[in-house]
Amino acid sequence: MARVYVQHRQVVVPGDLLAEDDGVVVETPTYIERVGKRLYARIIGLVNITTEEKKVRIGIIPLEGVYMPKVGDIVIGVVKDIGITHWEVDIRAPYHAVLTVQEALEHPFNPVTDSLRRYLDVGDYIVAKIIAFDRTRDPLLSIKGKGLGRIVEGAIVEIKPSRVPRVIGKKASMINMLKTETGCEFIVGQNGRILVKCPNRDLEEIAVLALKMIEREAHTSGLTERVREMIRREKARRGA
Amino acid sequence: MVSITPWEQPVMPKLKRHTIASLLAKGVRIDGRKLEQFRPVDITPGYIERAEGSALVKIGNTMVVAGVKMDLAEPFPDTPNEGILVVNAEFMPIASPYIEPGPPDENAIELARIIDRSLREMRVIPLDKLVIEPGKIVWRIYVDVYVLNHDGNVTDAAMLAAMAALMAARMPGLVKEGDEYKVDRTRYVGLLPVNHRVVSVTISKIENRLVVDPNYEEETIADVRLFIAVSEDGRIAGLQKMGTGALTLAEIDKAINIAINLSKYLLNVLEEKVGKYRAELEKVFAEKKEIVIGGVPHTTSEVVVEGQPVESSVEGVGTVAVENEGGKSREE
Amino acid sequence: MVVSGEKPTLIRKVVRDGKEVLVRHDGRLVDQMRPIRIEVGVLSNADGSALVEYGGTRVIAAVYGPKEAMPKYMSLPDRAILRCRYHMAPFSTAERKTPALTRREVELSKVLREALEPVVLTELFPRAMIDVFVEVIQSDGGTRTAAITAASLALADAGVPLKDLVAGVAVGKVDGVLVLDLDEIEDNYAEADMPVAMAPSLNQVVLLQMNGVLTLEEFHAALQLARKGILEIYRLQKEALRRKYAEVKVEG
Repeated sequence: MARVYVQHRQVVVPGDLLAEDDGVVVETPTYIERVGKRLYARIIGLVNITTEEKKVRIGIIPLEGVYMPKVGDIVIGVVKDIGITHWEVDIRAPYHAVLTVQEALEHPFNPVTDSLRRYLDVGDYIVAKIIAFDRTRDPLLSIKGKGLGRIVEGAIVEIKPSRVPRVIGKKASMINMLKTETGCEFIVGQNGRILVKCPNRDLEEIAVLALKMIEREAHTSGLTERVREMIRREKARRGA
Repeated sequence: MVSITPWEQPVMPKLKRHTIASLLAKGVRIDGRKLEQFRPVDITPGYIERAEGSALVKIGNTMVVAGVKMDLAEPFPDTPNEGILVVNAEFMPIASPYIEPGPPDENAIELARIIDRSLREMRVIPLDKLVIEPGKIVWRIYVDVYVLNHDGNVTDAAMLAAMAALMAARMPGLVKEGDEYKVDRTRYVGLLPVNHRVVSVTISKIENRLVVDPNYEEETIADVRLFIAVSEDGRIAGLQKMGTGALTLAEIDKAINIAINLSKYLLNVLEEKVGKYRAELEKVFAEKKEIVIGGVPHTTSEVVVEGQPVESSVEGVGTVAVENEGGKSREE
Repeated sequence: MVVSGEKPTLIRKVVRDGKEVLVRHDGRLVDQMRPIRIEVGVLSNADGSALVEYGGTRVIAAVYGPKEAMPKYMSLPDRAILRCRYHMAPFSTAERKTPALTRREVELSKVLREALEPVVLTELFPRAMIDVFVEVIQSDGGTRTAAITAASLALADAGVPLKDLVAGVAVGKVDGVLVLDLDEIEDNYAEADMPVAMAPSLNQVVLLQMNGVLTLEEFHAALQLARKGILEIYRLQKEALRRKYAEVKVEG
């Protein structure tokens, strides 16, 4: 029988013994160290334990760490350099992302007569999708598609990328609550940059407070309700 | 300056790595040696005539030369009654295509410091015998270790070269001109006192096997090495874990046992090649009191004569050391 | 380190609770460490940080990254490179230390890096770079072991996956007796000083140096003594990491 030494949703740190024996299925091998039959945590995170058909599955949801690009992720980037036919974009990853002109413009681009700066300048925020990344090359971005492109209005909030899953919540419960309670629009980049567009300044401030609260208390339970209460309290106080 | 993961390394073909690993599993090395077997070790003492002491050490194709030079210096304020020992090491760009010219890097600094510690802690050189005037002037002994050809196991070759060069070192003459002391480089007046012998056996872990004296190829795929200095009486005189890997407690135990065991072999070579050389020199000094090597002698200066202390309260210098050495009382 | 002058008595026999015990100059027993204080996340700008005190020794470690390797050619195709620096502040020692990096610091930066390499999962971040900087703010012996303890905590705090935390402590021989966690005075007069760091759950030794002379028996005993101290520090490290999350819970 598998012996499990931790509880579901418990905070673990590197070196914590999670479980022993062969019967345990490791859900997140990146974050779990196997020494013989023993399983140890490799990272600060929340334990995720599920049991189905007597099989124990164990994983860790990290609470800290850098953003690692994944194909399909929506990210919010900052243009930091301009080449002849591409932009270099900071996506808060250990690798800078590349946006080629083909993935940005609908029409053909002639570098002799035209300049990329006309379309995206250094310092511009973009909502982009990662279309290629295999760790041997820098991630490639695209801004062709619905909801993608240069950001022209709203506020950007930066949180730890590891806390993004909590901002979205189980079946988008958290983000839906945020939208309903604040009336704001949220575009959540997987890299921990969140675009907030609100009807007024007070609601924007409340939305930022809520995001920071989620970031800070990501490891606690009953968070959605506490954030909802905070938003309502703040709204009442400000008369928003 | 920061310490950076080596990012400019020779690429070891996977096939070769596999060959080395599968041979090791059978207890054989790529060059036919056993896991705990050194390549041929050769020491040439007195290789650099212009140095006070020197030795060329070859372990297989690895070649290291060490030179001892001496001068006079003010002692450190916290050790007014001790001479000064300075160890420096350099990987020469002629030693390998992977070594760039430049000031000593972290590898060279580490090498110098582990040799220095192993010599110092065993009190291989009795520094208290190198005082001319306490707090004012003492002998300073420089040991410079040069790696000439890097075919693995530079640490043991360098340690051996430093030890051998010290054993082969002669004290230059000392003259006093008024209140000033000067080194008389035209003659040697005795041997540098050397109290102990220390050698090192560095154990490398390759594919979970412990081997000694890896060649360059083996060393490239060894992820951890344990430098173990051993004194002539079988004590541990220094340790340093090097490389990006780790060792279990059991592996450390095993490594130390291997090192203590194999140190006897290196100590034998040292005695055979350098001990005899030193004994010969000693005989010469016993007969002739000095070895004149030419140049312009300090005829006008007051030569510090053997056995005659500079001041009544102070022990004599080089020459006195010879007397002590003759008794060999501290050799045991 | 060898210091001339009158050597103080560092170990005395004292009767405690009717038993004769060996007591050190500061009142500690031979196998007793100094008070250890650990705090994680002390620098807001760093991706991870930790403050570690062993008695009067105080070090701060900061981790930046994993980040883009700069310059770009300074990288490895299959894993991240580590950049480590161990540095002592000029005011950390009795006599002012030069702010420039000494040979000792160059060596210890390497020793520190090579103690971290076995546990950091660098293969998860090919071509990237992880910076680990340790500043010794105050020095009273055992700075490199406090440094490795702090560095591994800073890495954990930064969310860099680790096979295990690393904890370090020095053991030594003072007045012929093996003692745990030497302070500066003991270190100055020690017949041997052996810093050890381990990844305890993996049972791996990642840092081992010995400055001095020990018999084989003494070495074995010293290593066991070090392990005992390391397990205690390891427990305190985990406690400190967890504390950061427990505190928020109380507020919420």
